[in-house]
Amino acid sequence: MQIKINRQSKIVEFKTPFKSSTLLKALYHIKNNEDNSLTFSSSCRSGVCGTCAVRVNGKEVLACAHTVQEGDLIEPLKYHEVQRDLKVNKQKVRETLRTSTAWLQQSQELSITEQQITLIEKQSDCILCDSCYSACPVLEVNPEFLGPFALTRAYRYTADPREADIKTTIDNIQTNGIWDCTLCGECTAVCPQGIDPKMDITMLRATASQFGYTDPNFQAMDFGFGRGV
Amino acid sequence: MLDILIIGSGGAGLSAALSAKQKGSNVSVVGKSYPTASQTSMAQGGMNAALGNVTPDSIQAHIDDTIKSARGLCNKKMVKAMCKDAPLSIEWLEKLGVPFDRTSESKVAQRQLGGASSKRACYAQDYTGLKILHTLYDNCLKENIEMLEEHLLLNIIVEEKVVLGATFLDIVTGEVKSILAKSTILATGGYGALYKNFSTNSEGATGDGIAAILRAGGTISNMEFVQFHPTALKGSAILISESARGEGGYLVNTKGERFIDELLPRDVVARAIFEQINNNEDVFLDIRHLGEEKLLHLMPQEVHLCRLHEGVDPVTELIPIKPVAHYTMGGIDVNDKLEVTGLINCYAVGECSNAKIHGANRLGGNSLLEIISLGRLAGNNASKSIEPVGDTPPYCPDTTTTNQLQTDQKYIEALFEEYPWEKNFYTIQNNLGESFYNKAGIVRDNTQLNNFINELRVIKADLDNMGIGDKNRENNTNLVDFIQFQNLLEVGEVVLDAALVRDESRGAHFKTAFPNEEDKFFKADALYWIEDKVLQSKLVKVVK
Repeated sequence: MQIKINRQSKIVEFKTPFKSSTLLKALYHIKNNEDNSLTFSSSCRSGVCGTCAVRVNGKEVLACAHTVQEGDLIEPLKYHEVQRDLKVNKQKVRETLRTSTAWLQQSQELSITEQQITLIEKQSDCILCDSCYSACPVLEVNPEFLGPFALTRAYRYTADPREADIKTTIDNIQTNGIWDCTLCGECTAVCPQGIDPKMDITMLRATASQFGYTDPNFQAMDFGFGRGV
Repeated sequence: MLDILIIGSGGAGLSAALSAKQKGSNVSVVGKSYPTASQTSMAQGGMNAALGNVTPDSIQAHIDDTIKSARGLCNKKMVKAMCKDAPLSIEWLEKLGVPFDRTSESKVAQRQLGGASSKRACYAQDYTGLKILHTLYDNCLKENIEMLEEHLLLNIIVEEKVVLGATFLDIVTGEVKSILAKSTILATGGYGALYKNFSTNSEGATGDGIAAILRAGGTISNMEFVQFHPTALKGSAILISESARGEGGYLVNTKGERFIDELLPRDVVARAIFEQINNNEDVFLDIRHLGEEKLLHLMPQEVHLCRLHEGVDPVTELIPIKPVAHYTMGGIDVNDKLEVTGLINCYAVGECSNAKIHGANRLGGNSLLEIISLGRLAGNNASKSIEPVGDTPPYCPDTTTTNQLQTDQKYIEALFEEYPWEKNFYTIQNNLGESFYNKAGIVRDNTQLNNFINELRVIKADLDNMGIGDKNRENNTNLVDFIQFQNLLEVGEVVLDAALVRDESRGAHFKTAFPNEEDKFFKADALYWIEDKVLQSKLVKVVK
C-alpha cells in the first residue's frame, strides 16, 4: 500500500506492507524500517492521549484510530507551527486554555446528581488532540480566536454544579471567544470523542446573555444605516 | 534557584506539583511529552477509596485486600497510610473538579474490581484516569505552575550522594540542558515498554527515571514483579479494562466454557488464560449479556476500541484477548517519606517508585490512588525538606561543581558525530519485546532466563554499533527512541537478574519449577544498585 506524507511541504511517497493497519502502525513501520528521520508524535496507541492527530486527505484524524487507505495523503495539523514532518508545536495553542481560564474558579461543596455529571460527561472526554482547532475556519482569519477545545472546556466548568463563579469564565471568553465562532460545525465533525463544541459555544452564549452580554456582531450589524460613512 | 524540580508530568507529578505549590514552594514540572499525553490518561477502571457508598466497606478492609494481594512484600505502614488517605484524596479531586459518576443518592459511585472485598473503585465511566489527569492539568494552569514539555531526562546531577537537579534533552531544539533545584521528585513512570507489542503501556514507558537513579548511585528494587493484565485485545495489545469483568463479563475458551472466577487477582486470572492459550485454546471476553445500553453507558471506550482495533462488536460478538504486561511494581526504592534509598534531596513517586504498596501484585484501582495520594505526599515532603530549620539557611547546591551537563553534551554530540548506524536498534527492540514476553513473562523458567540475560548483555555490548540514523538536531524522535532503548536495556537487565535469583513463585512472579512462596529466603526485597561501575544486589528480608 502506498501513502503520501507531506514533509515540510514536500510530498513524499512511502510503501507499507500491511493490508489493513492503523495509520500509526504504518508510520512506525516506515520510521523503524525505511526512514528513521520520519517525525511524528504518538504515545498511547489507544485514542486517549491526544498526541497523534494529523490530517488525512484534509480531514483531522487520530493516527492510532484511522485505518490507512491506498493513496492517503498525510499532513500535519493546521494553525500549529510545524516543527518537522507531522510533528507540531502545541504549546502556543495550549495558551488558549490559560486565556479562557478553563477551570473551576471557585469550587463549592454540594451534592451532585448523576444527571448533572451526565451533562458534562462528553465535554470532559476531551483528550486535547487539537483536531477541532485545526479544522476551525475562524483561525484562518483570526489567529487569536480561542478555538473550539478551549471553549468546550470553559463550558465544561461553567456547567459544573461545583462552580460558584461562572461569571469570571464568561468574562474571559468574550474577546476572540464565543462570539467569533461562526457555528459552522467543522469542529464537531472531526472530534474523535464525539464532542460537539459548536453546541457548547451556543450554550456559553446563552449563559453570557444572562450576564448581560450581547452578540457584538449584531451590534455592528446595522444593516447599512449609519455605517461606512 | 528553583525549589522543587518534578520530573514527569503524569498524575503523580502533577499532584506533587499542586501540593508543593500549595505549601508555597516554587516548582517546575518537566516531562518528555505534554502532561495530558502521559500514561495516566490510559487508566480506565477507577480509583480505590473505602467510602462504602454502594456496598459496606471499611479502611481496614481496603488495607487487608491490598496486603493480601501484595503477598508479603509490602510495607504495612505505607499501605495503611495510603488507604486511610484514600477518602481524603477523593475529596481533594472532587474539589478540583473531577467529574466522578454518582449513585442514585448523589454520592460518588463505586464499582467492583478484582481482588476487592467491596465495590470500592470510584470512577468516571471508563475514562477515570483521563478525567483525573486533565482536571489536574487544568488546575496546574490555574495555579500558574511551570510545565516544560518535550524535555527527556538524561541524568540526575549528583554530588556526594546529594541530588542537585537533572540534565535533559530539549527535544525541540536538540540542546542538552541542566535544571538545578533544592529538591527533586521523580515521577517518570514504569518500564512496561520492555514488553513492546505485548504491553498495554504507551511507547514511552521506558523506565527513564529508574535507569537514571541507578546510574546516579541510587537503589532500585523488586524489578522482577511485572503485572500482566488478563484482558488485552489479542491483535493489538490494547487494554480492555477490568471493569468489563467487574460489571459481570465472562472469560470463555474456544469451547465456550468459563474456566476461572473472573474476579480473582490479576496474576491468577492471567496465568489461567495463559494456560488455556498454551493448550491451544483461544480465549475471549464475553460481555454481550450486559446489553448495548449498559455497555455504551459504562464502557463506551471499550466498545469503541474493540470495534476499531479488533474489528469485533462486543455488543454482539466475543472479544479475542490475551494477557499482556500492564504495570510494573518494581522501581526506585523509597522509604516511608518517599525519599530515594542511597540519595539525598531526592524523592520518587508513582509507577517509577517502589513504595512497597503493591508488593508482588497490584490491585486494580490502587495505582490511581497511589499517584494521587502519594503524589501529594511527595510534594508535601519535598516542600518541608527545603524549609529552613532554625538559623540554618536552606540548603542550596553549589552550581559550579557539576560536570554532568558537559558529560551529557559530549555523549549526545558523539551520537551525531561518531556512532555508526550499522545495526537497526528498532528491530532489536521489537525482538526484545517478544523475548521479554516469552522468556520473562507470565510463567518463567531459569534456563530461559539465563540464556536471555546473556543475549541482552550481548545487545548492550553492541550499542556502539547502533546509534541514530537521523542526524538532524531538532525534533529528533529517533534520538529520543535510542536513549529510551538504552534505558530499557539497563532496566531490563535488572528485571532478568532479579527474576533469576527469585527461585519461588509470589504474586506476579511465577516459576513452574518453584511453584510456592518460599518465605524463608524470599520474603525479601530485591535491591539493586551500582557501585564502582558494577551492578550490585542483595535480598533484604521484609520485617513482619
